[in-house]
Amino acid sequence: MQASLDATFAALADPTRRAILTRLASGEASVAELARPFAMSQPAISKHLKVLERAGLIRRGRDAQRRPRRIEPKRLAEATEWLERYRRLWEGNYQRLDALLEELKTKERKWDS
Amino acid sequence: MGQLKVTMPSDREIAMTRVFDAPRTLVFDAHTKPEVVKRWLLGPPGWTMPVCEIDLRVGGKYRWVWRSDNDGSTMGIGGVYREIVAPERIVTTERFDEAWYPGEGLNTLVLVEKGGRTTLTQTMRYESKEARDAVLKSGMEKGVEASYDRLAELLASMPAAR
Repeated sequence: MQASLDATFAALADPTRRAILTRLASGEASVAELARPFAMSQPAISKHLKVLERAGLIRRGRDAQRRPRRIEPKRLAEATEWLERYRRLWEGNYQRLDALLEELKTKERKWDS
Repeated sequence: MGQLKVTMPSDREIAMTRVFDAPRTLVFDAHTKPEVVKRWLLGPPGWTMPVCEIDLRVGGKYRWVWRSDNDGSTMGIGGVYREIVAPERIVTTERFDEAWYPGEGLNTLVLVEKGGRTTLTQTMRYESKEARDAVLKSGMEKGVEASYDRLAELLASMPAAR
């Protein structure tokens, strides 16, 4: 399934769904297990899981009884790639600023003395 | 100094946080004195900032233009200073000459100093989620494509690169 990045970002925009993903990052879990830390019914959690599934961020594990959900790391990496490139662009600017600030500090010290 | 963290606090915002090994008066100057801004706020390699006008007062305007050495293309941005609390907080509006995202952006810069170091937080709020996403995508599409190989080379030499 090739969900759009928009669907992925929409899925990530919700704090409950981000918390679910964080939980799943440490291993697969059943709906009941996922519902436990939240003051939410299982159907409500199931709704969130459906959104995550449609966005391609999680999938169902093999165990037919427990139906555990697991994270789909590739999808998450694709979604964060945007952020990563944006970050790199700004990091380039800020590394230049680091060097400049060193220069300004040296100048200030000269003026002080 | 420190790793730049980029987050999306809401579906209309992008926030950047980074620590600088300098007092915040200097970091503030680096954002408000044209002769200093021009030396670092450049984007991808091969771009310079020939125009950097700053009228640092509430209601005052700023205007910045970048130019690509490769093909001479330019990119301009301007806006108004809404709040100025030196050396800790600046709020500005932003609008690009060629609107590639709908509406206006609102940038809030916050500088917090501790033990001689400054934590910078820049939050950019857009009028819609679509505008925010267009800005995010631009990191990939705008300016980068032309000199992407050089950028990748440069980034590979930096500790922050994957």
